[in-house]
Amino acid sequence: MAKLKLALYWAASCGGCDVAVLDINEKILDVAEMADIVLWPVALDFKYHHIEAMEDKSIDVCLFNGAVRNSEQEKIARLLRAKSKTMVVFGSCACFGGIPALGNFTDRAEIFERAYVEAPSNDNPGRTFPETVTQVDGGELELPEFYDTVLTLAQVVDVEYFMPGCPPPVDLILKVVDALATGQLPPVGSVIASDKALCDECDRKKEDKKITKIWRPHEIIPDPERCLLEQGIICCGPATRGGCGLRCIKANMPCRGCFGPPPGVLDQGAKLVSAIASIYQTNSEEEIARMVEEIVDPAGTFYRFGLADSMLKRKRL
Amino acid sequence: MSFEPKIVGLLCNWCSYAGADLAGTSRIKYAPNVRVVRVMCSGRVDPTFVLWALQRGADGVLICGCHPGDCHYAEGNHKAAQRIPLLKKMLTQLGIEEERVRLEWVSASEGDRFASIVNEMTEQIRELGPFSRNNGGENG
Repeated sequence: MAKLKLALYWAASCGGCDVAVLDINEKILDVAEMADIVLWPVALDFKYHHIEAMEDKSIDVCLFNGAVRNSEQEKIARLLRAKSKTMVVFGSCACFGGIPALGNFTDRAEIFERAYVEAPSNDNPGRTFPETVTQVDGGELELPEFYDTVLTLAQVVDVEYFMPGCPPPVDLILKVVDALATGQLPPVGSVIASDKALCDECDRKKEDKKITKIWRPHEIIPDPERCLLEQGIICCGPATRGGCGLRCIKANMPCRGCFGPPPGVLDQGAKLVSAIASIYQTNSEEEIARMVEEIVDPAGTFYRFGLADSMLKRKRL
Repeated sequence: MSFEPKIVGLLCNWCSYAGADLAGTSRIKYAPNVRVVRVMCSGRVDPTFVLWALQRGADGVLICGCHPGDCHYAEGNHKAAQRIPLLKKMLTQLGIEEERVRLEWVSASEGDRFASIVNEMTEQIRELGPFSRNNGGENG
Protein backbone atom coordinates (compact mmCIF):
# COMPACT_ATOMS: atom_id res chain seq x y z
CA MET A 1 0.00 0.00 0.00
CA ALA A 2 1.27 3.46 -0.85
CA LYS A 3 2.06 5.59 2.14
CA LEU A 4 -0.58 8.09 3.27
CA LYS A 5 0.23 11.74 2.84
CA LEU A 6 -0.25 13.63 6.11
CA ALA A 7 -0.26 17.38 6.75
CA LEU A 8 -0.29 19.04 10.17
CA TYR A 9 -0.93 22.73 10.54
CA TRP A 10 -1.20 25.24 13.36
CA ALA A 11 -3.22 28.42 13.06
CA ALA A 12 -4.15 30.51 16.13
CA SER A 13 -2.95 28.03 18.73
CA CYS A 14 -0.33 27.64 21.43
CA GLY A 15 1.53 24.65 19.99
CA GLY A 16 0.17 22.27 22.61
CA CYS A 17 -1.74 20.29 19.98
CA ASP A 18 1.49 19.65 18.08
CA VAL A 19 3.13 18.51 21.30
CA ALA A 20 0.13 16.22 21.89
CA VAL A 21 0.87 14.50 18.58
CA LEU A 22 4.36 13.74 19.86
CA ASP A 23 2.89 12.52 23.16
CA ILE A 24 1.79 9.34 21.43
CA ASN A 25 5.44 8.35 22.06
CA GLU A 26 6.69 5.27 20.23
CA LYS A 27 3.47 5.15 18.22
CA ILE A 28 4.85 8.11 16.28
CA LEU A 29 7.08 5.53 14.58
CA ASP A 30 3.94 3.76 13.34
CA VAL A 31 2.75 7.08 11.99
CA ALA A 32 6.08 7.61 10.22
CA GLU A 33 5.81 4.04 8.88
CA MET A 34 2.30 4.62 7.64
CA ALA A 35 2.47 8.18 6.39
CA ASP A 36 4.70 10.72 4.69
CA ILE A 37 4.42 14.08 6.37
CA VAL A 38 4.14 16.80 3.74
CA LEU A 39 3.66 19.82 6.00
CA TRP A 40 4.29 20.36 9.71
CA PRO A 41 5.43 23.94 10.37
CA VAL A 42 6.28 23.32 14.02
CA ALA A 43 8.67 20.47 13.26
CA LEU A 44 9.63 20.22 9.59
CA ASP A 45 10.85 22.66 6.96
CA PHE A 46 8.23 22.46 4.23
CA LYS A 47 7.01 25.63 2.57
CA TYR A 48 3.55 26.73 1.49
CA HIS A 49 4.61 26.65 -2.16
CA HIS A 50 5.32 22.92 -1.83
CA ILE A 51 1.65 22.47 -0.92
CA GLU A 52 0.47 24.87 -3.63
CA ALA A 53 2.35 22.78 -6.20
CA MET A 54 0.50 19.59 -5.19
CA GLU A 55 -2.57 18.36 -7.01
CA ASP A 56 -5.98 18.85 -5.42
CA LYS A 57 -6.99 16.09 -2.97
CA SER A 58 -3.52 14.63 -2.98
CA ILE A 59 -3.06 14.91 0.79
CA ASP A 60 -4.89 12.06 2.50
CA VAL A 61 -5.30 13.58 5.94
CA CYS A 62 -4.80 17.05 7.35
CA LEU A 63 -4.77 17.55 11.11
CA PHE A 64 -5.55 21.25 11.51
CA ASN A 65 -5.17 22.83 14.95
CA GLY A 66 -5.81 26.39 16.01
CA ALA A 67 -8.55 28.91 15.36
CA VAL A 68 -8.63 31.26 12.38
CA ARG A 69 -7.85 34.82 13.41
CA ASN A 70 -5.93 36.31 10.47
CA SER A 71 -5.86 36.22 6.69
CA GLU A 72 -2.83 33.93 6.46
CA GLN A 73 -4.58 31.29 8.56
CA GLU A 74 -7.71 31.57 6.45
CA LYS A 75 -5.70 31.28 3.24
CA ILE A 76 -3.84 28.18 4.45
CA ALA A 77 -7.08 26.63 5.72
CA ARG A 78 -8.58 27.02 2.23
CA LEU A 79 -5.41 25.75 0.59
CA LEU A 80 -5.21 22.66 2.80
CA ARG A 81 -8.90 22.00 2.31
CA ALA A 82 -8.44 22.01 -1.45
CA LYS A 83 -5.45 19.68 -1.26
CA SER A 84 -6.76 17.28 1.41
CA LYS A 85 -9.20 14.39 1.16
CA THR A 86 -9.90 14.39 4.88
CA MET A 87 -9.76 17.40 7.15
CA VAL A 88 -9.60 16.66 10.89
CA VAL A 89 -10.42 19.63 13.10
CA PHE A 90 -7.78 19.03 15.74
CA GLY A 91 -8.12 20.48 19.23
CA SER A 92 -10.49 22.89 20.94
CA CYS A 93 -9.27 26.06 19.18
CA ALA A 94 -9.97 24.68 15.71
CA CYS A 95 -13.25 23.10 16.90
CA PHE A 96 -14.75 25.95 18.97
CA GLY A 97 -12.34 28.89 18.85
CA GLY A 98 -10.68 27.90 22.11
CA ILE A 99 -8.74 30.34 24.26
CA PRO A 100 -7.89 32.62 21.28
CA ALA A 101 -11.64 33.14 20.76
CA LEU A 102 -11.82 34.97 24.10
CA GLY A 103 -10.57 37.75 21.83
CA ASN A 104 -14.17 37.89 20.56
CA PHE A 105 -14.99 39.82 23.75
CA THR A 106 -13.07 42.66 22.15
CA ASP A 107 -11.96 43.67 18.63
CA ARG A 108 -8.87 44.46 16.59
CA ALA A 109 -8.64 48.11 17.60
CA GLU A 110 -8.76 47.28 21.31
CA ILE A 111 -6.33 44.39 20.98
CA PHE A 112 -3.82 46.52 19.04
CA GLU A 113 -4.18 49.35 21.54
CA ARG A 114 -3.42 46.96 24.40
CA ALA A 115 -0.66 45.02 22.68
CA TYR A 116 1.22 47.87 20.99
CA VAL A 117 0.51 50.91 23.18
CA GLU A 118 -0.80 50.16 26.68
CA ALA A 119 1.20 47.08 27.65
CA PRO A 120 3.78 48.23 30.23
CA SER A 121 6.78 47.02 28.26
CA ASN A 122 5.89 49.16 25.22
CA ASP A 123 7.48 52.42 24.17
CA ASN A 124 5.41 53.45 21.19
CA PRO A 125 4.76 57.21 21.29
CA GLY A 126 4.33 57.30 17.51
CA ARG A 127 1.52 54.71 17.80
CA THR A 128 2.98 52.34 15.24
CA PHE A 129 0.63 49.46 14.53
CA PRO A 130 1.12 46.46 12.24
CA GLU A 131 -0.03 47.26 8.71
CA THR A 132 -0.88 44.74 6.03
CA VAL A 133 1.42 46.60 3.64
CA THR A 134 4.42 48.73 4.66
CA GLN A 135 6.72 50.62 2.28
CA VAL A 136 10.39 50.38 3.19
CA ASP A 137 13.64 51.06 1.34
CA GLY A 138 13.95 48.27 -1.11
CA GLY A 139 10.31 47.42 -1.50
CA GLU A 140 7.03 46.49 0.11
CA LEU A 141 6.57 44.37 3.24
CA GLU A 142 3.39 42.42 3.80
CA LEU A 143 1.75 41.09 6.95
CA PRO A 144 -1.42 39.02 7.26
CA GLU A 145 -4.54 40.99 8.12
CA PHE A 146 -5.60 40.61 11.74
CA TYR A 147 -9.36 39.96 12.03
CA ASP A 148 -11.83 41.49 14.48
CA THR A 149 -13.43 38.10 15.03
CA VAL A 150 -11.84 34.73 15.72
CA LEU A 151 -13.44 31.95 13.67
CA THR A 152 -13.58 28.19 14.02
CA LEU A 153 -12.16 26.11 11.19
CA ALA A 154 -15.62 24.85 10.20
CA GLN A 155 -16.79 28.46 9.80
CA VAL A 156 -14.14 28.87 7.09
CA VAL A 157 -14.02 25.54 5.22
CA ASP A 158 -15.89 22.22 5.07
CA VAL A 159 -14.41 19.63 7.40
CA GLU A 160 -14.77 15.90 8.01
CA TYR A 161 -14.02 15.11 11.67
CA PHE A 162 -13.83 16.96 14.94
CA MET A 163 -11.35 16.08 17.61
CA PRO A 164 -11.83 18.32 20.66
CA GLY A 165 -9.57 18.75 23.65
CA CYS A 166 -7.02 21.18 24.94
CA PRO A 167 -5.06 19.29 23.78
CA PRO A 168 -6.77 16.15 22.43
CA PRO A 169 -5.83 13.22 24.67
CA VAL A 170 -3.41 10.56 23.46
CA ASP A 171 -5.96 7.72 23.41
CA LEU A 172 -8.22 9.67 21.02
CA ILE A 173 -5.27 10.55 18.76
CA LEU A 174 -4.37 6.86 18.66
CA LYS A 175 -7.97 6.01 17.83
CA VAL A 176 -7.73 8.28 14.79
CA VAL A 177 -4.33 6.89 13.81
CA ASP A 178 -5.72 3.35 14.01
CA ALA A 179 -8.80 4.32 12.01
CA LEU A 180 -6.59 5.85 9.32
CA ALA A 181 -4.32 2.80 9.28
CA THR A 182 -7.21 0.39 8.84
CA GLY A 183 -9.27 2.71 6.65
CA GLN A 184 -12.25 2.27 8.98
CA LEU A 185 -13.26 5.87 9.37
CA PRO A 186 -16.42 6.97 11.19
CA PRO A 187 -19.22 8.81 9.34
CA VAL A 188 -18.33 12.31 8.13
CA GLY A 189 -19.14 14.95 10.73
CA SER A 190 -18.33 12.66 13.68
CA VAL A 191 -16.82 14.02 16.84
CA ILE A 192 -14.01 11.72 17.95
CA ALA A 193 -14.88 11.67 21.66
CA SER A 194 -17.66 10.40 23.90
CA ASP A 195 -21.35 11.07 23.18
CA LYS A 196 -22.09 11.61 26.86
CA ALA A 197 -21.69 14.61 29.12
CA LEU A 198 -18.64 14.64 31.34
CA CYS A 199 -20.78 14.25 34.52
CA ASP A 200 -21.94 10.90 33.15
CA GLU A 201 -18.38 9.65 33.15
CA CYS A 202 -17.25 11.29 36.35
CA ASP A 203 -16.88 8.85 39.25
CA ARG A 204 -16.99 11.38 42.08
CA LYS A 205 -19.60 10.91 44.80
CA LYS A 206 -22.74 12.79 43.79
CA GLU A 207 -25.52 13.62 46.22
CA ASP A 208 -27.99 16.48 46.35
CA LYS A 209 -26.84 19.49 44.38
CA LYS A 210 -27.66 22.49 46.54
CA ILE A 211 -25.20 25.31 46.94
CA THR A 212 -25.25 28.51 48.93
CA LYS A 213 -21.89 29.94 47.94
CA ILE A 214 -19.70 29.86 44.83
CA TRP A 215 -15.99 29.34 45.41
CA ARG A 216 -13.31 30.17 42.90
CA PRO A 217 -10.78 27.33 42.53
CA HIS A 218 -7.98 29.21 44.29
CA GLU A 219 -10.12 29.97 47.34
CA ILE A 220 -10.69 26.42 48.51
CA ILE A 221 -9.07 22.99 48.56
CA PRO A 222 -11.83 20.69 47.36
CA ASP A 223 -12.64 17.26 48.74
CA PRO A 224 -11.17 14.92 46.08
CA GLU A 225 -14.03 12.40 46.45
CA ARG A 226 -17.10 14.62 46.15
CA CYS A 227 -18.71 16.30 43.16
CA LEU A 228 -17.04 19.68 42.70
CA LEU A 229 -20.30 21.44 41.88
CA GLU A 230 -21.78 20.27 45.17
CA GLN A 231 -18.82 21.92 46.88
CA GLY A 232 -19.69 25.22 45.22
CA ILE A 233 -16.94 25.15 42.60
CA ILE A 234 -18.00 25.93 39.04
CA CYS A 235 -17.38 22.76 37.07
CA CYS A 236 -18.41 22.72 33.40
CA GLY A 237 -19.10 18.97 33.45
CA PRO A 238 -22.90 19.18 33.02
CA ALA A 239 -22.59 20.89 29.62
CA THR A 240 -19.31 19.46 28.36
CA ARG A 241 -18.70 16.44 26.20
CA GLY A 242 -16.91 13.55 27.87
CA GLY A 243 -14.12 11.41 26.50
CA CYS A 244 -11.25 13.43 27.92
CA GLY A 245 -10.31 10.81 30.49
CA LEU A 246 -11.29 13.19 33.32
CA ARG A 247 -7.85 14.77 33.28
CA CYS A 248 -8.77 17.88 35.26
CA ILE A 249 -11.16 16.12 37.64
CA LYS A 250 -8.46 13.62 38.60
CA ALA A 251 -6.16 16.52 39.39
CA ASN A 252 -8.89 17.85 41.72
CA MET A 253 -9.62 20.74 39.38
CA PRO A 254 -13.04 21.52 37.90
CA CYS A 255 -13.83 20.88 34.24
CA ARG A 256 -13.22 23.98 32.15
CA GLY A 257 -15.25 22.81 29.17
CA CYS A 258 -12.54 22.16 26.57
CA PHE A 259 -14.41 19.29 24.91
CA GLY A 260 -17.22 21.62 23.90
CA PRO A 261 -20.95 20.98 24.18
CA PRO A 262 -22.31 17.42 24.26
CA PRO A 263 -24.58 16.25 21.40
CA GLY A 264 -27.87 18.14 21.31
CA VAL A 265 -26.59 21.20 23.14
CA LEU A 266 -26.71 24.28 20.91
CA ASP A 267 -24.96 26.67 23.23
CA GLN A 268 -22.60 25.54 25.96
CA GLY A 269 -22.68 28.85 27.83
CA ALA A 270 -26.48 29.03 27.98
CA LYS A 271 -26.66 25.45 29.27
CA LEU A 272 -24.09 26.20 31.93
CA VAL A 273 -26.08 29.23 33.09
CA SER A 274 -29.02 26.90 33.42
CA ALA A 275 -27.08 24.15 35.18
CA ILE A 276 -25.24 26.37 37.67
CA ALA A 277 -28.10 28.74 38.56
CA SER A 278 -30.52 25.83 39.05
CA ILE A 279 -28.60 24.47 42.03
CA TYR A 280 -28.69 27.68 44.07
CA GLN A 281 -30.39 26.83 47.32
CA THR A 282 -32.27 30.06 47.80
CA ASN A 283 -35.33 31.89 46.61
CA SER A 284 -34.51 35.29 47.98
CA GLU A 285 -33.74 37.93 45.41
CA GLU A 286 -30.84 39.32 47.47
CA GLU A 287 -29.24 35.90 47.90
CA ILE A 288 -29.56 35.17 44.17
CA ALA A 289 -27.99 38.55 43.38
CA ARG A 290 -25.11 37.78 45.75
CA MET A 291 -24.48 34.40 44.09
CA VAL A 292 -24.60 35.97 40.63
CA GLU A 293 -22.06 38.49 41.93
CA GLU A 294 -19.82 35.63 43.12
CA ILE A 295 -19.49 34.35 39.56
CA VAL A 296 -17.02 37.04 38.58
CA ASP A 297 -16.84 36.36 34.85
CA PRO A 298 -19.74 34.16 33.70
CA ALA A 299 -19.19 34.71 29.97
CA GLY A 300 -15.47 34.01 30.19
CA THR A 301 -16.08 30.97 32.40
CA PHE A 302 -18.92 29.40 30.45
CA TYR A 303 -17.50 30.20 26.99
CA ARG A 304 -13.87 29.69 27.95
CA PHE A 305 -13.27 27.48 24.91
CA GLY A 306 -16.45 27.99 22.94
CA LEU A 307 -17.15 31.65 22.22
CA ALA A 308 -16.47 31.51 18.45
CA ASP A 309 -18.76 28.49 18.14
CA SER A 310 -21.52 29.87 20.39
CA MET A 311 -24.83 31.23 19.16
CA LEU A 312 -23.81 34.85 19.65
CA LYS A 313 -20.24 34.17 18.49
CA ARG A 314 -18.82 37.41 19.85
CA LYS A 315 -19.49 40.58 21.77
CA ARG A 316 -21.76 42.97 19.86
CA LEU A 317 -19.76 45.67 18.13
CA MET B 1 -39.62 53.50 8.07
CA SER B 2 -39.77 53.66 11.84
CA PHE B 3 -38.40 50.76 13.83
CA GLU B 4 -40.96 48.41 15.34
CA PRO B 5 -39.38 46.16 18.00
CA LYS B 6 -40.05 42.44 17.78
CA ILE B 7 -40.40 40.93 21.22
CA VAL B 8 -40.75 37.21 21.85
CA GLY B 9 -42.92 36.55 24.90
CA LEU B 10 -42.42 33.24 26.67
CA LEU B 11 -45.50 32.93 28.88
CA CYS B 12 -46.29 30.24 31.39
CA ASN B 13 -49.42 28.26 30.69
CA TRP B 14 -50.96 28.59 34.14
CA CYS B 15 -50.74 32.26 35.04
CA SER B 16 -49.17 34.58 32.52
CA TYR B 17 -50.71 33.18 29.35
CA ALA B 18 -54.10 33.47 31.03
CA GLY B 19 -53.13 36.98 32.08
CA ALA B 20 -52.36 37.90 28.47
CA ASP B 21 -55.63 36.29 27.45
CA LEU B 22 -57.45 38.43 29.99
CA ALA B 23 -55.81 41.53 28.53
CA GLY B 24 -57.31 40.51 25.20
CA THR B 25 -60.80 39.60 26.40
CA SER B 26 -60.89 42.80 28.47
CA ARG B 27 -60.21 44.75 25.27
CA ILE B 28 -57.12 46.41 26.77
CA LYS B 29 -55.16 48.25 24.11
CA TYR B 30 -51.44 47.56 24.21
CA ALA B 31 -48.45 47.48 21.87
CA PRO B 32 -48.73 44.76 19.22
CA ASN B 33 -44.99 44.08 19.35
CA VAL B 34 -44.97 40.93 21.45
CA ARG B 35 -45.17 37.48 19.81
CA VAL B 36 -46.40 35.09 22.45
CA VAL B 37 -45.15 31.54 22.83
CA ARG B 38 -46.92 29.47 25.47
CA VAL B 39 -44.63 27.34 27.62
CA MET B 40 -45.76 25.08 30.43
CA CYS B 41 -43.73 26.92 33.03
CA SER B 42 -41.23 29.77 33.24
CA GLY B 43 -38.92 27.09 34.64
CA ARG B 44 -39.05 25.44 31.23
CA VAL B 45 -37.39 28.45 29.65
CA ASP B 46 -33.89 27.31 28.87
CA PRO B 47 -31.48 30.27 28.52
CA THR B 48 -30.76 28.78 25.09
CA PHE B 49 -34.30 29.89 24.03
CA VAL B 50 -33.41 33.49 24.78
CA LEU B 51 -30.23 33.38 22.70
CA TRP B 52 -32.05 31.52 19.94
CA ALA B 53 -34.75 34.19 19.77
CA LEU B 54 -32.24 37.04 19.69
CA GLN B 55 -30.15 35.29 17.08
CA ARG B 56 -33.19 34.60 14.90
CA GLY B 57 -34.73 38.05 14.70
CA ALA B 58 -36.06 39.15 18.08
CA ASP B 59 -35.04 42.50 19.52
CA GLY B 60 -36.06 41.50 23.02
CA VAL B 61 -37.33 38.52 25.03
CA LEU B 62 -39.99 38.77 27.73
CA ILE B 63 -40.39 35.85 30.11
CA CYS B 64 -43.47 35.78 32.31
CA GLY B 65 -44.32 33.32 35.06
CA CYS B 66 -46.54 32.94 38.11
CA HIS B 67 -45.80 35.05 41.17
CA PRO B 68 -43.37 33.38 43.60
CA GLY B 69 -45.27 30.82 45.65
CA ASP B 70 -47.97 30.39 42.98
CA CYS B 71 -46.13 28.04 40.60
CA HIS B 72 -48.26 25.17 39.35
CA TYR B 73 -45.17 22.98 39.67
CA ALA B 74 -44.22 24.41 43.09
CA GLU B 75 -40.86 25.91 42.18
CA GLY B 76 -40.44 26.27 38.43
CA ASN B 77 -40.62 30.05 38.63
CA HIS B 78 -37.92 29.99 41.32
CA LYS B 79 -35.66 28.27 38.81
CA ALA B 80 -36.37 31.05 36.32
CA ALA B 81 -35.66 33.63 39.03
CA GLN B 82 -32.27 32.00 39.60
CA ARG B 83 -31.29 31.58 35.96
CA ILE B 84 -32.32 34.84 34.32
CA PRO B 85 -30.16 37.17 36.47
CA LEU B 86 -27.07 35.07 35.71
CA LEU B 87 -27.99 34.97 32.02
CA LYS B 88 -28.40 38.75 32.02
CA LYS B 89 -25.00 39.24 33.61
CA MET B 90 -23.47 37.05 30.90
CA LEU B 91 -25.31 38.89 28.12
CA THR B 92 -24.10 42.24 29.47
CA GLN B 93 -20.54 40.98 29.05
CA LEU B 94 -21.42 40.19 25.44
CA GLY B 95 -22.51 43.78 24.89
CA ILE B 96 -26.26 43.11 25.03
CA GLU B 97 -28.34 45.72 26.84
CA GLU B 98 -30.03 44.52 30.00
CA GLU B 99 -33.46 45.77 28.91
CA ARG B 100 -33.60 43.27 26.05
CA VAL B 101 -34.30 40.38 28.42
CA ARG B 102 -36.95 40.78 31.07
CA LEU B 103 -38.45 38.43 33.64
CA GLU B 104 -41.82 39.38 35.15
CA TRP B 105 -44.48 37.75 37.28
CA VAL B 106 -48.00 38.04 35.85
CA SER B 107 -50.96 36.23 37.39
CA ALA B 108 -54.09 35.14 35.52
CA SER B 109 -55.97 38.17 36.87
CA GLU B 110 -53.36 40.73 35.87
CA GLY B 111 -54.30 41.54 32.27
CA ASP B 112 -53.65 45.23 32.84
CA ARG B 113 -50.23 44.49 34.33
CA PHE B 114 -49.30 42.36 31.32
CA ALA B 115 -50.37 45.16 28.97
CA SER B 116 -48.35 47.79 30.81
CA ILE B 117 -45.24 45.56 30.91
CA VAL B 118 -45.46 45.02 27.15
CA ASN B 119 -45.97 48.75 26.53
CA GLU B 120 -43.03 49.68 28.72
CA MET B 121 -40.70 47.08 27.25
CA THR B 122 -41.66 48.02 23.68
CA GLU B 123 -40.77 51.65 24.32
CA GLN B 124 -37.47 50.73 26.01
CA ILE B 125 -36.44 48.59 23.07
CA ARG B 126 -37.57 51.18 20.59
CA GLU B 127 -35.11 53.53 22.30
CA LEU B 128 -32.32 50.94 22.09
CA GLY B 129 -32.90 50.20 18.44
CA PRO B 130 -32.73 46.87 16.63
CA PHE B 131 -30.66 44.02 18.09
CA SER B 132 -27.47 43.88 16.07
CA ARG B 133 -27.15 40.55 14.32
CA ASN B 134 -24.03 41.70 12.59
CA ASN B 135 -21.63 39.29 14.18
CA GLY B 136 -19.05 41.98 14.21
CA GLY B 137 -16.13 42.96 12.10
CA GLU B 138 -15.48 42.59 8.43
CA ASN B 139 -15.01 38.82 8.72
CA GLY B 140 -17.81 38.10 11.20
